Amino acid sequence: MKDKIKVALVGNPNTGKSTIFNALTGLNQKIGNFPGVTVDKKTGFSKLADGRILEIVDLPGTYSLYPKSADETIVFEVLSDPKNSSHPDMVVIVADATNLKRNLLLYTQIADLGLPVIIALNMMDLAAKSNMEIDIDALAKRLNVQVVSLAARKSQGIETLKNAIQFQSEIPLQSPTIDVEAIAPELIQTLSKELNITQPYIALQIAHQHEHLKYLTKTQSNRVEELEKQFDFHSQKSQAAETIARYNFINDVLLDTVKYKSVALEENISNKIDHYLTHKVWGFVIFIAILFSIFQSIFAWSEYPMAIIETVFVWLAEMGHRYLPAGVLTNLLIDGVLSGLSGVMVFIPQIALLFAFISILEDTGYMSRVTFMMDRLMRKVGLNGKSVVPLIGGLACAVPSIMSARTIENWKDRMITIMVTPLVSCSARLPIYTLLISLVVPKKMLLGFINLQGLALMSLYLLSIITAILVAWVMKGLIKSKIKGYFIMELPVYRMPRWNNVGITMYESVKTFVTEAGKVIIAVSIILWVLASYGPGNSFETIDQKYQAESFKKEYSGAQIERFKSSEKLENSYAGILGKSIEPAIKPLGFDWKIGIALITSFAAREVFVGTMATLYSVDGDASKMESVKEKMANAKNPNTGQPVFTVATAFSLMIFYAFAMQCMSTMAVVYRETKNIKWPLIQFAYMLVLAYTASFVVFQFLK
Amino acid sequence: MKLSQLEIGEQGIIKEFTDLEMSVKLMEMGCLPGELIKVERIAPLGDPIAVSVSGYQLSLRKKEASTIELI
Repeated sequence: MKDKIKVALVGNPNTGKSTIFNALTGLNQKIGNFPGVTVDKKTGFSKLADGRILEIVDLPGTYSLYPKSADETIVFEVLSDPKNSSHPDMVVIVADATNLKRNLLLYTQIADLGLPVIIALNMMDLAAKSNMEIDIDALAKRLNVQVVSLAARKSQGIETLKNAIQFQSEIPLQSPTIDVEAIAPELIQTLSKELNITQPYIALQIAHQHEHLKYLTKTQSNRVEELEKQFDFHSQKSQAAETIARYNFINDVLLDTVKYKSVALEENISNKIDHYLTHKVWGFVIFIAILFSIFQSIFAWSEYPMAIIETVFVWLAEMGHRYLPAGVLTNLLIDGVLSGLSGVMVFIPQIALLFAFISILEDTGYMSRVTFMMDRLMRKVGLNGKSVVPLIGGLACAVPSIMSARTIENWKDRMITIMVTPLVSCSARLPIYTLLISLVVPKKMLLGFINLQGLALMSLYLLSIITAILVAWVMKGLIKSKIKGYFIMELPVYRMPRWNNVGITMYESVKTFVTEAGKVIIAVSIILWVLASYGPGNSFETIDQKYQAESFKKEYSGAQIERFKSSEKLENSYAGILGKSIEPAIKPLGFDWKIGIALITSFAAREVFVGTMATLYSVDGDASKMESVKEKMANAKNPNTGQPVFTVATAFSLMIFYAFAMQCMSTMAVVYRETKNIKWPLIQFAYMLVLAYTASFVVFQFLK
Repeated sequence: MKLSQLEIGEQGIIKEFTDLEMSVKLMEMGCLPGELIKVERIAPLGDPIAVSVSGYQLSLRKKEASTIELI
């Protein structure tokens, strides 16, 4: 007996597959990639009662083995290729009991692949309520597989499922479903012989999908093509015949095992809710209201935890300066790394909240209603109702959102969605927005209940979404394509959000943010500190000597001299020279050379901006006084005019610049990966830069 | 009669499909000849529509619905 057992989780979307995955593995999961493709691979671990380790691979949700999107191709690829590193010992098919007929289609396909299978019949509690009677034993006997009844949202049946996995035989025992060979007898026989395949259904699927399968060589794929011509194989006709045969089989099975009494109760409630949520007028009003309250809450609820994090970092810096030996290393640690980190860590509460809200919207089924309502509008501007998910997801982060655009089947719709998604203000811009808004927008209530700062924030988000839509409309005319798109989508019944899943999403998003962004930020902080603390040649010594002069000591106090000195040093440091070299270009936007440095460093990732500001102003500032980044920036004065650096005009111009500019290397990398053409990320970078520069210029000149 | 011609609340039984490519996708989603299909809602801007079929709800565009012939 092996000490480890590998199980693949397969099922239709909206069946509670991820709830079961989370219930089985808890936080013991990791996200990686399937080799060669960019599909997220979620793997989790658990332990069986007999001590064996259970490795669970969560495959993308799909309605059938015939892929409709790029993500779905991985399911057949993994299940049909024994050499694939994710190939499982057995498959657990998650099926929605309230929608058994459609769910069993995927079961019959998987069963024919010749792997041991278990059916996890989820939502049995809802099926019972809907006056539908499923005879589990009869179903198990008829199909000759283990059928486990679950109500995963109520955590019922998870242990039974683990037991079923433990006692599952290693050889497939399921009864045959349809006569696969009858669909294309000669082709299946020849393919099975030539490619050495034992399962007729795998041969048939290879005939359909050979162009996309990574494990076939070019010669093999060409040979499949040749055989298809020889035996006059028509992919769509064969698929239609197969699907009808499968449903005949399923109807036969269900006839003996399920009794329907009346229409499902749950769906009636859903219908009533939809009457309002997708109403001509109320539908849009409610949608805007939901977005509005999300942004209000992000500001209001994160205030207290953010203050705590800020206090902790200020305290740490104080302690560090007090107890660590003074010197270059201590300065690097505190003024470089610590202040860079604190500027970013403080935004953890807001990022966690944003991800929580998005996962609630998806979990309850509301997101698919938004898709339904917006499709017509989105199509007008060259997008697709399904683009709404990447666009709203873009509020969190463009990287996973661009990946989620794979669910859009139409190539042109998908390209346009990818091109405009980075315009939507992501969570990395949030730190910049909130910091600058809190600097220049007064903390007042409008009409007694609208938080003015929250309103400013929401306006920025709305602006970003409107711009994304306008740009999409322009691109609609520029990108040419003849392939027609389609929009067939399940509208799941409304459900309460699974708080456990929301919690895991929050945890995962913060973990990724801290580790991924943290790495970049620490590296950039160190480089920046060095660049800001040293200058070319002996320029720093010259400055030291200059302030040694007696004339200065008479006129100014010691603290003032220190301040002049550090300020002049920063100006003459490597960073200062770099910032100054781009100052002429950014001056019309209202930015000085310090902001210029931040623009350069935050090219890697936007969140670095705040860290850079913190580092720059710590180097420049009075070392004996510890302040938060916000206080440092609020006190920043233009040395020539004595006016504050961050005026309303500069702050808004800067926010607009960050709203539109592609300041994110990860996004560019993912766009390249998804489009497989360097042209797209480059076009994207260029148009966004032009847009950002122009918009900032207008804003600054107008507000100045 | 085509599915796209039904008003909210009206229903029919699927007879056949006029587009092979669409038919394959629709059948996978449970729209099979012989199934009862009912228009539940029309999106606020007039398109797409939401139908209930095989015990669940599906949304599709009017153009797609026009490939479904009803009895």
